[in-house]
Amino acid sequence: MAFYRAHVLVCGGFPCVAAGCRAVRDAIERSVKEHGLEREVRVVETGCLGPCDLGPIVVVYPEGTVYARVTVGDASEIVDEHLLKGRAVRRLEYTGHLPSVSLTDDKRTDYFEVQERIVLENVGLIDPDSIEEYIGRDGYHAAGVALTSMSPDEVIETIKSSGLRGRGGAAFPTGVKLGFTARAGADQKYIVCNADEGEPGTFKDRLILEGDPHKVIEGMVILGYSVGASMGYVYIRGEYYLSIERIERAIEEARKYGLLGADMFGSGFNFDIEVKKGAGAYVCGEETALIESMEGKRGEPRQKPPYPGTCGLWGKPTVVNNVETIANVPPIIRSGADWFRQFGTPTSPGTKVYTLTGDVNNKGLIEVPMGITLREVIYGVGGGIPGGRRFKMAQTGGTAGGCLSEAHLDIPMDYENLQKAGSALGSGALLIIDDSHCIVDIACTLLRFFEHESCGQCTPCREGTRRLCDIFRKTRELAATEDDLKLARELAEVMQSSSLCALGQSVAVPLFTIMDHYADEIEAHLEGCCPAGVCRRLPTGADEAVCATSQTGGGIK
Amino acid sequence: MSDIALTIDGKSVCASLGMTILDAARTVGIRIPTLCWHEDLGKPSVCRVCVVEIEGQNTLQPACSYPVSQGMVVRTNTPKVRKARRMAVELLLAHHPDDCLSCQRNLKCELQQLAADFGIREIRFERVLRELPKDESSPSLVRDADKCINCRRCIEACEDVQGVAVLSTANRGFDSVVLPAFGDDLNSVVCVFCGQCTLACPTGAIAERDDTRRVWDALADPEIHVIVQTAPAIRTSLGEELGLPAGTVVTGKLVAALRRLGFDRVFDTDFTADLTIMEEGHELLERIEKGDAPLPLLTSCSPGWINFIERFYPDLLPHVSTCKSPQQMFGAVAKTYYAEHAEIDPGRLFVVSIMPCTAKKYECVRPEMRSSGFQDVDVVLTTRELGRMIREVGIDFESLSEEDYDDPLGISTGAAAIFGATGGVMEAALRTVYAVVTGTELPEDGMEFHDVRGLDGIKEAAVEIEGATIRAAVAHGLSNARKVMERISAGDAPWHFVEIMCCPGGCVGGGGQPIGTVMSSRADRGEALYEVDRDMPLRTSHTNPAVLKLYEEFLGRPLSERSHELLHTHYTAKKS
Amino acid sequence: MSEMRGPAGPGGPSVVCKCECDDVFLSKVEKVVSSYRGRPEDLVQALHDVQSLRNYLPREALRVVARTLDVPESRVYGVATFYSMFSTSPRGRHIIRICESAPCHVAGAAEIIDSLLDELGVEMGGTTSDRMFTVETSSCLGVCGVAPAIMIDDVVYGNLLAEDLPAILRRYR
Repeated sequence: MAFYRAHVLVCGGFPCVAAGCRAVRDAIERSVKEHGLEREVRVVETGCLGPCDLGPIVVVYPEGTVYARVTVGDASEIVDEHLLKGRAVRRLEYTGHLPSVSLTDDKRTDYFEVQERIVLENVGLIDPDSIEEYIGRDGYHAAGVALTSMSPDEVIETIKSSGLRGRGGAAFPTGVKLGFTARAGADQKYIVCNADEGEPGTFKDRLILEGDPHKVIEGMVILGYSVGASMGYVYIRGEYYLSIERIERAIEEARKYGLLGADMFGSGFNFDIEVKKGAGAYVCGEETALIESMEGKRGEPRQKPPYPGTCGLWGKPTVVNNVETIANVPPIIRSGADWFRQFGTPTSPGTKVYTLTGDVNNKGLIEVPMGITLREVIYGVGGGIPGGRRFKMAQTGGTAGGCLSEAHLDIPMDYENLQKAGSALGSGALLIIDDSHCIVDIACTLLRFFEHESCGQCTPCREGTRRLCDIFRKTRELAATEDDLKLARELAEVMQSSSLCALGQSVAVPLFTIMDHYADEIEAHLEGCCPAGVCRRLPTGADEAVCATSQTGGGIK
Repeated sequence: MSDIALTIDGKSVCASLGMTILDAARTVGIRIPTLCWHEDLGKPSVCRVCVVEIEGQNTLQPACSYPVSQGMVVRTNTPKVRKARRMAVELLLAHHPDDCLSCQRNLKCELQQLAADFGIREIRFERVLRELPKDESSPSLVRDADKCINCRRCIEACEDVQGVAVLSTANRGFDSVVLPAFGDDLNSVVCVFCGQCTLACPTGAIAERDDTRRVWDALADPEIHVIVQTAPAIRTSLGEELGLPAGTVVTGKLVAALRRLGFDRVFDTDFTADLTIMEEGHELLERIEKGDAPLPLLTSCSPGWINFIERFYPDLLPHVSTCKSPQQMFGAVAKTYYAEHAEIDPGRLFVVSIMPCTAKKYECVRPEMRSSGFQDVDVVLTTRELGRMIREVGIDFESLSEEDYDDPLGISTGAAAIFGATGGVMEAALRTVYAVVTGTELPEDGMEFHDVRGLDGIKEAAVEIEGATIRAAVAHGLSNARKVMERISAGDAPWHFVEIMCCPGGCVGGGGQPIGTVMSSRADRGEALYEVDRDMPLRTSHTNPAVLKLYEEFLGRPLSERSHELLHTHYTAKKS
Repeated sequence: MSEMRGPAGPGGPSVVCKCECDDVFLSKVEKVVSSYRGRPEDLVQALHDVQSLRNYLPREALRVVARTLDVPESRVYGVATFYSMFSTSPRGRHIIRICESAPCHVAGAAEIIDSLLDELGVEMGGTTSDRMFTVETSSCLGVCGVAPAIMIDDVVYGNLLAEDLPAILRRYR
């Protein structure tokens, strides 16, 4: 491998692509060439660097200087000043928190100390299109170890004792799941990587796939070996064009290197992977709906049992795991269960990748140990709430997660504690909302999402999501009554207890936490008043109700 | 199967592996309400009306599909369960037209029944109707999508049982609705009009086209001579429509009721069933002898089946017998032979059929079915419609004295009666073919061909006649027909003669039969037809004196020119 | 635009296909789906490929898919109307997807939506009169870090302000 005196990493995560990073990359490359530096300086498009709202982001190594919101016009200045003259361009330099850079950077701030990177260990540091760079960072080592020196049972045991739990939302112990499928007798078994990331506020799987696709492939190989599956599928959202491109290219590369295919590592084990595209249905994130979709059908969840572990794709035993779960597997095999358990809490070992969105100063992707508090995330990593506004609500786990109020800021975020608070870790989405927003309006948005995404198969969810929307819309129009809200609660209870799948069952989670934690604010709407000054009565010709507390911008006292 | 002990509502239940909670509950007399579940169909588990509480689980589970397991503790009657069930029904009602009193399924609607059982007095949600257009395009079926509750039973009947797959759920979420492809009407898709969907539907979302008004009008017109024919299967199913147990033989009461309704003559499709055997039996022998037309010969009595092969296997149409169905032979004979005989202007003769079938409504308006110069059969009523007419005028069916069919088109044999059960046409044909080939009659105890009886989907038989073997196959339900057609297409069909009936169980299971028709009632009705056969003095079609007289006076002989003109037809490939 | 008459249904009136299905187009469809022949499990993938030809799934194209993959037409229609990326009615040259979910909503998506619809003069779900754009809502686009965001075809525009819209749209005109 040639030696370069400097590396320029241009973030190629999707948000940065959206912000125009490719033009910036091209411009830097052009400028590097113009200066004849192409043998000294390597320009690499890499995976997500984290703070997506600062894109396009460029990092120059070995100094680890971060440039944010770089434009095409800035390219030649960076090359002239930094690469040629060795002077950082202060004007563009970003001195805030940048998680991935922290690993090689000794200018650690307090905030970086809370981050631990297992899943994202390579994201932002390697060229995702280069299998050599992945291998260079111990890639495929774990697969080699597993296939050549471990029995399938030993692999499952290791994962079991690591305590790894599913990172897609349901938090089922991964090792136990593998055990079911390993024991099931069948001529064919499948590994499915669930990359149908549709939970609003969640984009971690996309960035893992875009930033470190080989890690997912390696994880799937290990899982396939452990249960005796020879075929794997990556089911990926149809809208994730770049992820599809990267993972397909990575699969191609892995095949070329013999890291997929027949007789891998001379172990006699065969495994291959195919990509299946989704077509826009949130419910396909549910494993049985995903399987239906893979079979070319409407993505409607199946009644369980039977569970996919014994009867999944084409009726064969199938392990369905989230991208992040799978990405945890190679490090666990490489470094062992005990190593993994040193992170997080005893019942929730490891780290969690969160995506931080909403009213926070730093939005983006972070990986922190389980058990960190909401306050640490918002005011540490998140850099606080912009505009000096007050924290009002945090929704954890995506649209289907619970809404936490100020009273919950200090509970440790792991599976158990969030469940106690009526919420869930779910997909790792963290949506922060400040006091300028009205809780009823937020509820409408959440319910509208469920209505749009209900598959329509079972009665409670198909009819119920619409009815809840109607009731909350009415509340937003300041026209609802107490009876309406009582009915909404009863309906949501029924949806929770009797819907066919988790989609319908989980509508109650955000709804009840909102109704419980913000009862006063909702009550005010029944009396014709929106304290946040957001909701308006529909013009009916009647006198506008005067709301004493509206427009004050204050939260509920 | 290993025994599984569980507890349902405090009762110990012994169940076996593979049973659902619903099955197990029934064994101890616990009735769990259901809606999307149907005993002959799959387990969609979508309506959530049958949910129950299982100890140790947070969510309720559908009893219709949830398997029993050792030590399971189930509660079917808790506040949580009742609330969920009521809510499911209330949600459906809020989305459903409230014209129950004028709905075709009034009093026979499962949704209505649940609302009554649950005592739902108030719908707390705003009524929202889809306001989709009513599909009245077909002569057989009317689809009112507004009444669809998305239970998907029709989809299963159409796709899994019949293999036609005209219906599917379209759209998503609240907008989900069961529709033909592209939302087209039934008349422009590959629907075969079998009407199995009408039996599957728990509400009035899909039903037979009601033609009773046209019959009442004809009956009221003194200028019109109205005659009626009754299909073989009606005599063992009408009783059920009117509250008698499945499989009750009501031939005499049926005739009496039709006279009370005002029909001028009451005839029997069994007469032309015997005639069909004469024609089709000879056609078979001719094909075997001459070898000028392909074998196996496929039967042609079932109009849903004819629609199916015209749409899905047009290449195999040369296999199909050119014989019209008994219903259409009747119409053609009635408006020629009978009209002449009774000295009635065929233009004033109105022929009504009572059929177990919705596809017959389509068959009678086919342009080919006018060999008398008029539409041979004017109106087809299903068993359900006849039941409605009988109820409308308050005939006390049970107390009617039995009466006989009119001559001459009311005379028949046991061979014709069994046409209504799967395998019956084959059995009747074999009886006659044997006699024609050997010149001798089958002995009374050798009359029954049990290999072709019963509800197995595909049945085969080999019959030795004078050293030659006639190989036969019988299929009922179009998904079974499809399997047979695939074998014929593949050149893997060792048979000479194949009977196909569109509906499961044959005509006794037809799409026009009483609401509530299930496999077990199909079996009962079929058994009853075999009983009718056993009790008949004549059991072979070629011994029917009225049929013999018809040949003598009018047709000449089987497959004569006149027979071809009146009793045979042709088919047209209908590309989907 | 040519109108093509569909084959007559059995016993029923012939159906007029209102889509723009000429023979050249249909043979393209056949070519695109030929690799999925007899593979019902690839229905979703086949629909993606067919849709890429014209940004929507014309009726006659769906019939070709049904025939080729050996899936009943009703099922093909059911699948095509289930997934939000598919459309069975004609759409503009470019599809603009707007996220309406909470993270975008919080970041001011409503205002972006209003401005966008205003700018284009269409309703949500509508197509501009020049058939350049169709605006659809989407559940999360997965770029919440740069909310509010819109996606035009496969390109995402994040951290949007209403005043950015005219310039973005101009790139496509």
